[in-house]
This record gives sequence, structure tokens and C-alpha cells, in this order.
Amino acid sequence: MAKTLTHLERLEAEAIHILREVVAEADKPVMLYSVGKDSAVMLHLARKAFYPSPPPFPLLHVDTTWKFQEMYKLRDRMAAESGMELLVYQNPEAAERGINPFDHGALHTDMWKTEGLKQALNLHGFDAAFGGARRDEEKSRAKERIISFRTATHGWDPKNQRPELWNLYNARKSKGESIRVFPISNWTELDVWQYIQLNDVPIVPLYYAGVRPTVERDGMLLMVDDDRFRLEPGEVPIDRSIRFRTLGCYPLTGAVESTASTLSEIIQETLLTTTSERQGRAIDKDAGGAGMEKKKQEGYF
Amino acid sequence: MATTVQTSAYQTDALIAEDIDAYLDQHRNKTMLRFITCGSVDDGKSTLIGRLLYDSKMIFEDQLAALEADSKRVGTQGGEIDFALLVDGLAAEREQGITIDVAYRFFSTEKRKFIVADTPGHEQYTRNMVTGASTADLAVILVDARKGVLTQTKRHSYLAHLIGIRNLVLAVNKMDLIGYDQARYEEIVAEYSAFAKSIGITAFTPMPISGFKGDNISIASNTMAWYSGPTLMEHLEAVDVDVDDDQAKPFRMSVQWVNRPNLDFRGFSGQIAAGTVKPGDAIRVLPGGKTSTISRITTLDGDLDEAVAGQSVTLSFADEIDCSRGNVIAASDAPPETADQFETTIVWMDDEPLIVGRSYWLKLGTQMVSATVREPKYQVNVNTMERLATKTLELNAIGVAEITTDRAIVFEAYAQDGAAPNKVLGGFILIDKITNATVAAGMIHFSLRRSQNVHWQATDIGREAHAGLKNQKQAVLWFTGLSGAGKSTIANEVEKQLNLMNRHTFLLDGDNIRHGLNKDLGFTEADRIENIRRVGEVAKLMADAGLIVLTAFISPFRAERDMVRAMLPAGEFIEIFVDTPLDVAEGRDVKGLYKKARAGDLKNFTGIDSPYEAPLNAEIRVNTVEMTPAEAAAFIVRQIMPLK
Repeated sequence: MAKTLTHLERLEAEAIHILREVVAEADKPVMLYSVGKDSAVMLHLARKAFYPSPPPFPLLHVDTTWKFQEMYKLRDRMAAESGMELLVYQNPEAAERGINPFDHGALHTDMWKTEGLKQALNLHGFDAAFGGARRDEEKSRAKERIISFRTATHGWDPKNQRPELWNLYNARKSKGESIRVFPISNWTELDVWQYIQLNDVPIVPLYYAGVRPTVERDGMLLMVDDDRFRLEPGEVPIDRSIRFRTLGCYPLTGAVESTASTLSEIIQETLLTTTSERQGRAIDKDAGGAGMEKKKQEGYF
Repeated sequence: MATTVQTSAYQTDALIAEDIDAYLDQHRNKTMLRFITCGSVDDGKSTLIGRLLYDSKMIFEDQLAALEADSKRVGTQGGEIDFALLVDGLAAEREQGITIDVAYRFFSTEKRKFIVADTPGHEQYTRNMVTGASTADLAVILVDARKGVLTQTKRHSYLAHLIGIRNLVLAVNKMDLIGYDQARYEEIVAEYSAFAKSIGITAFTPMPISGFKGDNISIASNTMAWYSGPTLMEHLEAVDVDVDDDQAKPFRMSVQWVNRPNLDFRGFSGQIAAGTVKPGDAIRVLPGGKTSTISRITTLDGDLDEAVAGQSVTLSFADEIDCSRGNVIAASDAPPETADQFETTIVWMDDEPLIVGRSYWLKLGTQMVSATVREPKYQVNVNTMERLATKTLELNAIGVAEITTDRAIVFEAYAQDGAAPNKVLGGFILIDKITNATVAAGMIHFSLRRSQNVHWQATDIGREAHAGLKNQKQAVLWFTGLSGAGKSTIANEVEKQLNLMNRHTFLLDGDNIRHGLNKDLGFTEADRIENIRRVGEVAKLMADAGLIVLTAFISPFRAERDMVRAMLPAGEFIEIFVDTPLDVAEGRDVKGLYKKARAGDLKNFTGIDSPYEAPLNAEIRVNTVEMTPAEAAAFIVRQIMPLK
């Protein structure tokens, strides 16, 4: 009796295979948990992969201290529910220098995220880190391997990637070197949403539309999430019905005006939308079209 | 916009807007097809993929705006929309105008989700195409209608066929540039057909298209009424997917991970490679062959009644039998074979060529073993399909060679006549033990009977008995270092001291062995490896006889010293690094060899034109600048004296 697997069943099976393979071959794996929807799906897949055991690795949140309040709430809840250890890392140098998205622009991402991630990985000696990046998000990611090798200084060399054949993954590395692993590389944004809907995966409520205080700045709709938000002269927060397609640091993440309050409506909006997902994030605009590729060579996830 | 953009056949906006839940129901049951596009540099691969993304509405408005701007700035279509710009990712290659690696793209229709690997057509990148093809169900071979079947077309077809892709599409592209000429199209198809037959391709699907104009991509061309076949998109939606066919084969699953949260649960996790499984099924665990029955298929969403090829599951057995990572769980009545010698096809993927005799890691399924490759039987010229004699395989070379593994592995032949290939138990990669790079991909043809007919003969007097009679523990003292470092001198001194202590020893000296056992070997890299392999085997036999063996060989490569280490039980291989700087060794030049090497009269001389890889974790290191040979020998004897 033949049962044809659906695309989501095959994507799920592939991701689980990758998670298990890396756990079997790595010395000290960790899951990078950013609390976004892709992280949520990745965490759910990890729970499936190792059930009835809890996933045999901790969650690591590289915290910039500027995430949305709702993200911190869900993060703590999911760590408790999954029975996994939650490690939170904040770059002490960035904290000391008061690095923030208002005064420091690109330096904010560099210090809190890129440097913070490297420091956290070095501190704990993790040799494999799972991340929720997808190939459809951005051009340079389309060419990255599922298991992406990083030098001892966390650099990525796009010209010197290991070939990946069939479903055979080479997770071997020398001391000090590490791998980044992307189990949902082959998922699209629509796949992620459909999977969340079919599996009731908990996500941050900000993905659903709600009336929230906002200001419009440089063509982006920003949410005033706490009183650290610096209003410019004349700026007054206005309540708008908004939601987020992607979540990062709240002063850097653009919202879209929306009334989509169910997953079906979110998917509907996603399908009918006219701007691509990362458009809401300032990071891709740095250094022209090659922004992300440059960041990755420097060690950004 | 001057480009004629034909209306997409996939106008689903209405359904999405009016009844999103009906739309989602439809999409929940989509299947998935993975395919590759291959063609020469200018055959229009990226344009075709860009067109598929565009037609299936996978391009958002902001990307389209950027695309229009980029097309004017760096496009190659005279300011018209250059779909290739959507696909060419990395900054460097965008400037060069060529695709240099494997990129994966996604689009979907109501029936299927598609993952397309964009693989380059450039000569030196066979590696990338094989990589992209390894996960594909179908290959689109692009031909420029103006140029017809080229050398590259043949190469791509050969590679796709080699990797076992059963669905080949011959897409004759740029039909708009030859005025949609049917006669020319048929000429190309006939030429390709003759070639395909000659390399064993039994079926392919030809179609005339224009990626640029959109003809026969997602809607039938209105300028080529003479073509009555499917559009490319229709064909992609209809062909069989390998993973479905795999269900008809006997059950196989490689064990990835043993799941043991508590004493009450023991499960074996893996992805089903072939067949189906349900509770009650009789299974066999290989190698070993212990049998049991499946008791449960456990998932987070509840136990399953049945699981099929392609699914990742956790299985439990009715009996407590040994099973761990690397084992294969198989249908009890139709188990796969086990062997340690194979004939294989190897695609070399590393800048460093294959070194015959060197020990590499071989990964097949979840099995990881040490393996050596013999001298290739032949290499295939991928342009002419000719078989050429060769001693090695270089980057992008494809050859047939025998492989020996250090223990038996569970396998199946890769290629299956007409059926989907056995990718999981027939495909493998080779990994360099020092750099950890993936250096080759391989496919097993069959096992060699040789290993099955030679069995290990057990003898009653074992190695402990031999050593016990001599009142000592056997060991191999492996001296390594540059020529002139002092290996032979120090080893000789150590042997004298051990002899005085009534130890039974034997010194194997590099030059002496080359007078007899190894007189057929020269100084090429392959010969040097064989030299060390034979010395290692002799040293092992002598250690089995209870002796303390001393060897004095330059043995310049780490991999070969590690190979000998792996031949012996843990603790019996003692690596002694005779550390002498090159200038000091060259200054001594006892045999006048450095002088000859410098003059170019002696090739492949270690330290001059052949590398010496110093040990990273030698058990003992002696510095001959600071110690005399007698002091070094005394130091070594003190280190090994705990040996009895």
C-alpha cells in the first residue's frame, strides 16, 4: 500500500534526519534560539526528532536586550515546556559601552549579535550550532550548505564549502573549528506557516495583528515596545492595527499594517503580499546587495 | 516593459483571496519534486529558473523592482528583464556573470513543491553538478537551439545518468532566436537521441522552449503549434518521484541514534531508506544478523500503524537485541549484503588528488569506516566517454576503482536497472582524515568475492602467549623524522640497550627493507604509502610474535603513520619523533642525498620537494640538536621501561 508523502512530511523527515545526524556526530551541539517563527519550527522538529527523550542539547539565546517583551515571555515558556536548558548570552562589552540600535546603527547588530554569538560559542565550547535560516530568505543563503563549516574564528568561505551529496552529511572538524547546521534550509516561508498551523506550534503573538503603539520612520513602521524608544521631536506614537512578518530587535523591525488575526489570514496575507520577508529588516540593506554575504563571512549566523 | 510576459497558468490569487482555507487544504497535500538544471554557460539556466519563479509568482514586488533596476545596470538582455539576476547569488559571480556553485531555489504550484538545484556548466565544476544531481529526481538538460548538442550537453547527460537520475528532460531553449524552427528542433532531438542511446539512457523527454519569452514553460506556446507535448511545468508536476518508488523495495533503515530516555524505553531512530514497516514485522539487524519483530513506531504525535520510505521514525523491538548507530535494520527475509571489498565509481572532488593506498574515512548511510582505494582500473573522459588508464584521480575526475574497508559494511548496489537508485546504502563519501574535507563521492557496483573466500584462521598459540614466553609486552617503536635526522642511529642505540636488558627485539630499517621486500617500490607518493603499509604489516606480524619492533623510516605522511597505528591494538604503537630541523639534517647529509636533491638529481625528496608532516601527538619526541644519540636513546628507554 503506497502512501505518498506530502511536501511537508518530506521536509519534516529531512530536518529530523539532519538533527539526529549532527547530535550523533558532534561533541557538544547547541540550538540557536531566536524566538522567531523559524526557531519555533526548528524547536518543534527537535522535540519530534528525539521524542520520547528531550532534545539532548541546550537552547542558546544570543540576547541583544532589545527584543520585544513578548519574545522574552515565549522564550522562557518554551524552554520550560521542552525540558531543555536555556542559556542566555549578552555581550558584556556591548552592555558596558551601552551599544543600542538608536545611536550605533550597524555596530549594534555587529556587537550584540555577531560578536555576542562568537563569544557565547567560544565560552561554552559548542562545536555544532543549529540555526533556523532558510535558503529562500536571501541570495547568499541559497548557496550555503546544510552543514556549514566555520573556521576557528567563525569565518565562512563561500568558495570552499564541502560538497553535500545525497543525505550524507560530513560533520567532522578539527579542534577549535565548528559547524553551523540549518535543518530547515529547504523550507519556504509558506512551508513554515503551514507547518505551524498543522502542528499547533506556539509562536510569539506579535505575528498576529493587534492594535499597538507605532511611529513611522524612514519608511518603516516601528512599534514602541517600551519606554527606551526614543521619540524624535514631533513624533507621537499612534495606535495602529499591525503585525510582524519577522521579529528582531524592536527598534529595527518594521511592522506591516494588518488585520490578520488567524493563521489562515496570516498565510493569506503572506501569499498576497507584495514585499518579501526580510524587507522589514534593516540588516540586509547595509553594504548594498551583498550585505548578508559580507556579514556571514564575518561570522554572522 | 518590452518583454512579452505571458499570463501565468497559476493564477491562484482568486482562490487565495476568496477562500484561503480551501486553498490551504489543496496545498497541504502537495508532493515534492527535486530537480536540477544543467547546461553550458550561456544556455540560459538561470533565466529558465528565474522564469519558473516568476511564473509561479515566487517573486515579490520589491524583488521585481530591484530586478528591473539591476537589469538596466548589469543585465545582459539590453535593459530588458534579465531573470538570471534573480538566481545568481554571490557578489563575485554576479560581476563575472557566471554561476559558480550549487544554489537551491524553491517554487510551488497547486500540485507540487519544487526544489531546484542550479548547477554550473563550467568545465571545472563536475563536482557541483554531481552534488546537485545526487538529490534530484529529474534533470533538465538545456541546449541552446542555435548551438545544438555540445560537448557539455553530453557531459551533463552522462553525469545525470551516472548518478541514477531516471527522468531526463531535453529542453531545447532559445527557440525564439531560431524563429521557432521545427526542423532544427527535430534535428537536435535526433542527434541527442543517438548520443543518449550510446551511453545507456533509455528514455528522455524532449521539449522546445524559450525561458526568456516563456514559451512552453508554464503555458503552451502559441508560436509552436507543431509541438503537442506537455509544458515543462506540466511535466514537472506529473513525473514519478524516487521516494515513492522506494516503498516497493524491501525494508531498510540505517540507525542514526539510540533513544533511551529511561529503562522502560529503547528505540532506534533513523530515516527509512526503502520499503515500509509496521508493528509485528520480522526484522534483522545487520551486520550480525540477529532477528526480532517491530513492537512500536513511536512519534511525538502518537504511535504509527505504518511508516514508509522517506519518513524519519523511532522503532522499538520485541526482543532486547544489540543495535546501535551504524547498524541497518532490514526486512528479515530480504536482508542486504555485507562485505569489505567493492568495485565502485568514484567522483573526485578535492584539489588534492586521490592517494592510492591512503586511509580515508568512508561514510555510507550512518556507517563510518576506514577505507583505502586501489589504483583505478580506468578514468572516464567525460567529454568523449573514453576509458583512460590512470594512476590516480584528480579534481573532477571520474573513475572506477576497488575499495577495501577495514571492516565489513552493509551495502546495496547503487544503480538499479529501471528502478530508483539505492542512494542510502549504495552511495558513499570519502573524507580526508587530516583536513576532514569531503574529497570524493562514490557509488558501489558490487562486492568482490575475494574477501568472502579468505577467512581469518585462528591459531591456538596467541600473541599474548608469544610475548609471555619472552617475559615482555610487544610493541612497535616507530621512529619518524627527516632523512639524516638520526633515526637509524638512535633506533640502533635503543635496540642495543634493550638487548642488554634481555628484551627480544628486531630493528626494521628503511634502507634495508628497500633492498628486499620493497625493492619494487620507488619514491612517488603512492609508492611511499605502499612502502609504509608493508612495513606496518611486517611490524604487526613481528609484534604478534611477541617482539618489540623498532622501525626507522622517514614516513613523512601523518595519514600513513596513523594507518599503522590503527593496525595495532591501542597502546602498542609508540610514535617517536626524531626532531631535527631541516638545515641541521641537511648540514649532516651523511649520504650526500640532500646535495643530489638540491641539484635536482633526486626527485620527491622529503624536505626538499616533498613535504614532511611532523607528528602532532607523538608519544615520544627527541630533539637531536640538544641531545646526543646516546642521550636520546637513554631518554627513550626510560620512557618505555614500564613495558615488560
